[in-house]
Amino acid sequence: MIYADNAATTKMSKTAVDAMMSVITENYGNPSSLYSIGQKAKEILEEARATVADVIGAKPQEILFTSGGSEADNQAILSAAALGRKNGKMHIVSTAFEHHAVLHTLEKLKKEGFEITLLDVHEDGIVRPEELEKALREDTCLVTVMFANNEIGTVQPIREIGEICRKHKVLFHTDAVQAVGHLPIDVEADRIDLLSASAHKFHGPKGVGFLYARKGVRLSNLIEGGAQENGKRAGTENVPGIVAMAAALAEAKENMARNAEILTEKRDRLIQGLGAIPHSALNGDAKRRLPGNVNFCFEGIEGESLLLLLDDKGIEASSGSACTSGSLDPSHVLLAIGRVHDVAHGSLRLSIGEDLRDEDVDYIIRSVSEVVGYLRSFSPIWRDLESGKKPHLL
Amino acid sequence: MALYSDKVMDHFRNPRNVGVLEDANGIGEVGNAKCGDIMKMYLKIEDDIIQDVKFETFGCGSAIASSSMATELIKGKPVSEAMQLTNKAVAEALDGLPAYKMHCSVLAEEAIQKALDDYHSRSENK
Repeated sequence: MIYADNAATTKMSKTAVDAMMSVITENYGNPSSLYSIGQKAKEILEEARATVADVIGAKPQEILFTSGGSEADNQAILSAAALGRKNGKMHIVSTAFEHHAVLHTLEKLKKEGFEITLLDVHEDGIVRPEELEKALREDTCLVTVMFANNEIGTVQPIREIGEICRKHKVLFHTDAVQAVGHLPIDVEADRIDLLSASAHKFHGPKGVGFLYARKGVRLSNLIEGGAQENGKRAGTENVPGIVAMAAALAEAKENMARNAEILTEKRDRLIQGLGAIPHSALNGDAKRRLPGNVNFCFEGIEGESLLLLLDDKGIEASSGSACTSGSLDPSHVLLAIGRVHDVAHGSLRLSIGEDLRDEDVDYIIRSVSEVVGYLRSFSPIWRDLESGKKPHLL
Repeated sequence: MALYSDKVMDHFRNPRNVGVLEDANGIGEVGNAKCGDIMKMYLKIEDDIIQDVKFETFGCGSAIASSSMATELIKGKPVSEAMQLTNKAVAEALDGLPAYKMHCSVLAEEAIQKALDDYHSRSENK
């Protein structure tokens, strides 16, 4: 089996599993308890906080543990909006291809009277900093732009955006769920005020993540209750998950440069191989993308049937087709970079991991090519394209 | 639980009656690329019997399986019987479809009805 859906989730690393097991079996105390095993749990919780903070260049007190990326996105955006509302600033700038955890939160704020500007991400899937600067207004309270896109993997000019936001004294949040553990991040140098991350995207466990909030940025609670997490997130801490996340993140940082090099080489071979399939196109910039992300559109076929047949061949991947999302529209990300519906339905995302072997790369290319050819052999759209009845778009 | 029944997967993996009928006397195409499903049915009708049927489909697993099953249900049947084919019958023959995939069986029914309409209008114009 070739698992090529690491952008959806990753396998937990042995380091993370071991870290989690030690908490479950030995350090099971409640960090809020006064006796020894409670205090021991508090100690390892704070160690985990320091580890996480260190990886992104933050201070431990700036890290808030959450249930994952979506919660962190919600809390970051709603907190910034609450601050904005207090100061009569009700305008937010974001992009058209954010994760739904961001877009749906912005939709909610829109209903509450906020104005939302969604920036164009162009054909290459990259935000233009100068366009972002132009979109800023006197009443802008927040800019939220993802670090790297979850579907097409394009990496945004975060530092430039951060500098613009700092210059205009606007809070800057980045959904860094796909980037943390994979790309170097320094919240100080990148001028990031709020950052969301999720453990299961870097070989940690599911159901845990964190929100970085720069000192001085006042957070609003999503969950009321006890005084955990500095009173900003009630509920007994998920100590096993948090400790495993910290272990996974420390490991990811240590191996980051080497992994990026290995993945980039394989990614580029996949891009070259799949690009040789007639009437296919890479989605997103070829170079400014996550080391493990490959995303293609193939004309004349539909993504779900492609995925099912690849699964039969032992390849696990994903697609932005409508049929895989349960809605009638294909991926909003592919539409945002200008792919028309017909083409967007035929997309394939491969998000490879470090364990992908050289022969797997060749096998994937061969298999995708075969399946695309097979599905085209009885596709009425493909017939129309090949007979010249309709023009090829790719 | 798997997304699809074994029957759906069987018809998806090994679709019956795939392809084009060069001598078809009833052709129907429904759906559009925007929604991600297009089905095209080719019928060869002689003496009011569907002697042969083929299909081409652009779409998801259940769209391909629905087309395949629909062709099986009408092949060799009188035209009057094929006209009674419903999407429900197609879905039931596949041991059910997920609720949000029922439109695939509707497309299969519509494609066949459209091909039958085409056959009837060709006969009238003779």
